[in-house]
Amino acid sequence: MAAKKSKFSDRKLLESFEAGEARALARAISWVENGRPGFEDLLSALHGKLGRAQRIGITGPPGAGKSTLIHGLAALVRKRDERVGVVAVDPTSPFTGGALLGDRIRMTSAIGDEGIFIRSMASRGSLGGLATTTREVADLMDAFGFERVVVETVGVGQSELEIAEATDTTVVVLTPESGDSVQAMKAGLMEIADIFVVNKADRPEAKRAAGELRTVLRIRQGQTFDRIPAHHGVDLTRMAERRARAGGDDGGEAAADAGTKRWEIPVLMTAATGGEGVPELLETLDAHLGHLEETGELTIRRNRRTLERVRAVVNRGLRTRVWRGGPGTEMLEAARPDLESGRRSPYEVADEILRSVMPDG
Amino acid sequence: MAERKIRVLVGKPGLDGHDRGAKVVAAALRDAGMEVIYTGLHQTPEQIVQAAIQEDVDVVALSILSGAHMTLFPRVLEKLREEGMDHVLLTGGGIIPAEDMEKLREMGVGKLFGPGTTTAEAVNYIQEWFEKEHAGAD
Repeated sequence: MAAKKSKFSDRKLLESFEAGEARALARAISWVENGRPGFEDLLSALHGKLGRAQRIGITGPPGAGKSTLIHGLAALVRKRDERVGVVAVDPTSPFTGGALLGDRIRMTSAIGDEGIFIRSMASRGSLGGLATTTREVADLMDAFGFERVVVETVGVGQSELEIAEATDTTVVVLTPESGDSVQAMKAGLMEIADIFVVNKADRPEAKRAAGELRTVLRIRQGQTFDRIPAHHGVDLTRMAERRARAGGDDGGEAAADAGTKRWEIPVLMTAATGGEGVPELLETLDAHLGHLEETGELTIRRNRRTLERVRAVVNRGLRTRVWRGGPGTEMLEAARPDLESGRRSPYEVADEILRSVMPDG
Repeated sequence: MAERKIRVLVGKPGLDGHDRGAKVVAAALRDAGMEVIYTGLHQTPEQIVQAAIQEDVDVVALSILSGAHMTLFPRVLEKLREEGMDHVLLTGGGIIPAEDMEKLREMGVGKLFGPGTTTAEAVNYIQEWFEKEHAGAD
């Protein structure tokens, strides 16, 4: 590790970071976010400190109450004397490159507490719900020593799913109006939740929405007829019991196995503005972490992230070698007349550029 | 990838609840390609400075319409200096008499903007300051 550390040039920053100075964390984040030369050495030097924080992803459509919910969670976590880092991503305008980052507005009372560190990030052209460096910013917060790191995505639709790979526990926040059960069966967002939250539960439709969500989840988990009361004289619950008994040892074992290993995706109801349901959410987050540890899933998820990180860094390095630090832009410009006149295909030109940076490939 | 965006914290310290101006300026800065962190109403100088640290901003822009500018600007400036954030530009706007603007400038506050300012003036001021400040850096 020591050899690695010496690779990162700004020793003072590293020392202040390790001494727990908030400003050093903030500067380190900018360094990484801006891809400033040496940022990968910084991350490499801190890699040994990772793994302490529970990483919680909060995602959901715009206006669902993600920021308000995080604010409530952070306040509760602070009562336990744990420290929280929050990374909140908001969209960058594809037209101007600017961004209005407003998540702090909902977290105001948390400000002034040294144990809560909030960083707003603009998505900067990334389309998966996170900025390209959000995972690495979460790493910095983990390395800094926060017990919980909460990552808030931009307001998402159905296909911005990067958050699930970036965190230990993914919470999908919906509102009573988020759509009927057909929406809930769609692929994407609805498949990544470890925990569902129906926020704004003080609204009249909330119970029905939560109920529909639970039904859909049971269908997906193959328990369509569980917990459905007697209907037209046929009691499916009792039939299921009888079936399980008839199944003998085999069925019994399978059931016990499922009981210990399977995480039943809970649907919680919160009214984040008043803090209702937030303690239950925190308990459920703890339960999920416990589940991940017990089943070994936590290690699996984290190892997967480490491998994925290598791929991402390689890809980033290749892009840099071709475009920013390499001949790509120039070669593309040179090939432009041929491309425009149709003399050469995009594939020929791409091949030429690739060969120029990887002669053996 | 290696983008260096100007990061601006737009804050409304103190008790006045008129944030239309702050929002208009925030939107103009965003449209000029900056990353704008808006903190909302009723912030204390301590909260603003803490947010400025965590967000690692280049500029703190305050909107003050309450008449408390001679208290709030110096407090924020002092706190920024205490925290070693000397490199941050403190600017802003509101209903501020010219002689107060001058006094605040002498203390080290940047240019302040009064009623009738176009958003382009504020945008240009911040861009020019940033370019001068970061000439040759990064």
